[in-house]
Amino acid sequence: MTEPVSVQFLSVLERLACLSRRAAASQVNNLMTRKLSLSLLGLILAGTANAEWALNMPKGVTDLSLETYNLHMMVFWWCVAIAVVVFGVMIVSLVKHRKSRGVVAATFSHSTTAEVIWTTIPVIILVLMAVPTAETMVKLEDSRDPDLSIVITAYQWKWHYKYQDTDVEFYSSLARESLGARRKQSGIDPFSVENYLRDVDNPMVIPRDAKVRLLFTSNDVIHSWWLPAFAIKKDAIPGIVNEAWFRANEVGIYRGQCAELCGKDHGYMPIVVEVIEPEAYAAWIASHDGER
Amino acid sequence: MCHVPDSNNNAHNDSSNRSSDRNLIAQLLLVVAGAFAFGVFVLPPLYDVFCEVTGFGGRTNAEAVAAIEAPDLSREIRIEFVTTTNEYAQFEFAADTDSMTVNPGRMYFATFTATNLSADEKVAQAVPSVAPSSAAAYFTKIECFCFTSQAFVADEERALPLQFIVDPDLPEYVDTITLQYTFFDTARVAANTEN
Amino acid sequence: MNTSIIDAHGHDNDHSGDDHHGPAKGIGRWLYSTNHKDIGTMYLIFSLLMFFIGGTMAMVIRSELAIPGLQFVHPEFFNQMTTMHALIMVFGAVMPAFVGLANWMIPLMIGAPDMALPRMNNWSFWILPVAFGILLSTLFMPGGAPAGGWTMYPPLVLQTGDSFPFLIFSVHLMGLSSIMGAINVIVTIINMRAPNMSLLKMPMFVWTWLITAYLLIAVMPVLAGAVTMLLTDQFFGTSFFLAAGGGDPVLFQHIFWFFGHPEVYIMILPAFGVVSEIIPVFARKPLFGHDSMVYAASSIAFLSFIVWAHHMFTVGMPLTGQLFFMFTTMLIAVPTGVKVFNWVATMWRGAMTFETPMLFSLAFVFLFTIGGFSGLMLAIAPADVQYHDTYFVVAHFHYVLVPGSVFAIMGAAYFWLPKWTGHMYNEALGKVHFWTSAVFVNLTFFPMHFLGLAAMPRRIPDYSTQYADFNTVASIGAIGFGLSQLLFVWVLLTSKKGPKATAEVWDQPQGLEWTVPSPAPYHTFETPPSLSEMDSHH
Repeated sequence: MTEPVSVQFLSVLERLACLSRRAAASQVNNLMTRKLSLSLLGLILAGTANAEWALNMPKGVTDLSLETYNLHMMVFWWCVAIAVVVFGVMIVSLVKHRKSRGVVAATFSHSTTAEVIWTTIPVIILVLMAVPTAETMVKLEDSRDPDLSIVITAYQWKWHYKYQDTDVEFYSSLARESLGARRKQSGIDPFSVENYLRDVDNPMVIPRDAKVRLLFTSNDVIHSWWLPAFAIKKDAIPGIVNEAWFRANEVGIYRGQCAELCGKDHGYMPIVVEVIEPEAYAAWIASHDGER
Repeated sequence: MCHVPDSNNNAHNDSSNRSSDRNLIAQLLLVVAGAFAFGVFVLPPLYDVFCEVTGFGGRTNAEAVAAIEAPDLSREIRIEFVTTTNEYAQFEFAADTDSMTVNPGRMYFATFTATNLSADEKVAQAVPSVAPSSAAAYFTKIECFCFTSQAFVADEERALPLQFIVDPDLPEYVDTITLQYTFFDTARVAANTEN
Repeated sequence: MNTSIIDAHGHDNDHSGDDHHGPAKGIGRWLYSTNHKDIGTMYLIFSLLMFFIGGTMAMVIRSELAIPGLQFVHPEFFNQMTTMHALIMVFGAVMPAFVGLANWMIPLMIGAPDMALPRMNNWSFWILPVAFGILLSTLFMPGGAPAGGWTMYPPLVLQTGDSFPFLIFSVHLMGLSSIMGAINVIVTIINMRAPNMSLLKMPMFVWTWLITAYLLIAVMPVLAGAVTMLLTDQFFGTSFFLAAGGGDPVLFQHIFWFFGHPEVYIMILPAFGVVSEIIPVFARKPLFGHDSMVYAASSIAFLSFIVWAHHMFTVGMPLTGQLFFMFTTMLIAVPTGVKVFNWVATMWRGAMTFETPMLFSLAFVFLFTIGGFSGLMLAIAPADVQYHDTYFVVAHFHYVLVPGSVFAIMGAAYFWLPKWTGHMYNEALGKVHFWTSAVFVNLTFFPMHFLGLAAMPRRIPDYSTQYADFNTVASIGAIGFGLSQLLFVWVLLTSKKGPKATAEVWDQPQGLEWTVPSPAPYHTFETPPSLSEMDSHH
């Protein structure tokens, strides 16, 4: 911190003001106003007014990421239901049972029936949640018969991908466009950088509809490879190999980040996976296999 | 230990109560000492035993064992090799082949090659790990360069042999086993390779 | 003054001649104090100071995260801030605050003249300023303060600079202080209750603290062991956590969370106790299901020992391990639910008024429950893979810790302040403090759920532009919450200016602490209270 904090704080306020001014002035970049209004609106409408990405977990592009999403929503709705009942009773009580309305307090202090009921019902609800969850977990473990294995080695602060049984291997680090803008007080507006902090020089490329087995390890400290669209987050631990698998159903570019604190540039080791058609993949691997 | 304030009519401060305080304190201190010992002396070895029994963390056997061959020709298992060098290890280290197909119950050989990239003598220790962890207990190393540390003179390149067998009892739901070796330079952990 | 010091320092026997002498004068009163009320006060003031230091770090974090791009600090310093913020808030603010409340209130609630081990009480407090002095001094060391997260995972934590041994040593001291405090609480509660106060007749705050104290002596030594192993790995050639020497970095996580999960309940059980004391007073109705509350708290404490690996669903556990830890974690929802239902049942058909302590307690029940819901979501292992190490987790544990533990502590402060000072605090300002805190705490932490679900990892100093809006909202909320706490300090500073408080303070509260005058005299219950006074409790 070179400048006094107060000066820096003012400069941020200035930047905030500048951002919103520009947002108001420009038709194209009305990001800030749109985003601010969306977040307020979003709090109320939860999902209807916004893309799901912003307020909820992505459904992802694998069967199991969809199952994970469904489990997430199932528990969420159970919680909402319980909340409606518990908070409902509480609010009724807060409105009706106040001294200012002249009520006289009851004196009861236990009821075995009530206590048995509110111990039993949660147990039943938990069993209802646990069964489908356990089913999904069994599927997640089934890594049999992969079409392709990729070894992912984590470094401070980049990823290394090696395609097994080929010569294809490469490092993947933060893209050049973000490198300049990420510096402290760089003067570059992050909004002007496409996929700021979420783009890499060399993405991992995989074919659509192939069962890909990922093997994780680390060169130094513990990292965690996370790709939300595949619902995969696995720690890369030095001296240990971990595995996970997925089968991507849709072509596209998917982004994630390192999810385990791994030192100063933990926030700057994004993950990008490009899912392409199998034929395109065959061509890609062939062209890269010859490079070495 | 004593209480304040000390007054004659205070029932808490008679001598019998003090001794019951002392007993309780002694018991509680015992719990504290026990909890500390549990953390330092019990949990780590317990964890080791647990890992070796269940294969948790991909742990495999650390010493040579004898095995009898009883090939199960009806079943084919894919073995994948993954090699990693740790941050301070100035080595090039790779499996000669990325993968091989084996029958359970039959002995196989695989070779790895390591090169000391530095101009100094180096001692390396290879640390194995197996995925999925449920397969670790069924992957048995007959002979392995990882059982001892490996000394390299400057620029030395050497082949490192592995002899292994996959137990025919390997669960049905495993068809691929990954064996990973991480190459560490032992200089950083000098005096403690025995642990 | 000299004689006073000798009096306090030269110990207990002096008291027999004069049961009603006051405190010593000057600094000696505090340095050598063995009086539970003075030590309680020191704990509470220390905790408030740490709350502001840790809070200032939170302000640095939220200012940096207000908009995308790096404005104030370098990533290294940002990581130091998140690490120190957590250590200070957990070990310096929340835990000492509860120990302070225990010191003040447990003897008053069970009719004991003081804590059982007054000199140890003095040491356990005075270790804390030393511990945190050491921890804070690391900010000025070469390489800066620890930046590997409060969870101290190796190998990352072994990359810490010169401050590493100081981090370990300060954690040892904090543990020592907690263990001494816990032993004191247990001995006091077991051996010094008023005659005829059976265990099940004890007030809930005392009960929850008894359970908490047992948790403390069971797990703080485990943490001490874990950090000691880090120290020997770094300096003495062991390889507990180094793969190269046959160790395993994951082992540390197991040991840490074996401590860490009970630690979570160490920080919330006394809060349960506080809320269980406050709600009946303002609902004018006895606590619903006192005994089942005790059993629920005990079950939670027991379960807390067998759920730890739910913090580790991404390290690569066998399926059976994942299932076991998922099921046990879900099970915790049952006793926790019992607690919430019992509080609601206590309110039901009461005659409620809404003074500041009640407002904080009601907000606790609402907002802690929200944190409980996100906790249940996190228990679902496949979904946890998506939530793990994101802002969803940050939202979850801040909901249970800030509007959970911290609101309970503030509620407790307002509730017992008149008993401590002898004067009513400024109720209007107290309510303003409550409402600003409650609004801003939600503004800060609710959007973090969305950020986490939209895949923003925690512990990052800068983020992609898609997270800009909610981060701005959270930062505005955080600064509002921080400023609101200045109001709290003002209310505390002016708390002696209000009208005189009666012994009862509130409308016919039950419990022994309300039978002594306000302010509570320097020495209380030198004669154990009689049974008839006890009857009023139940």
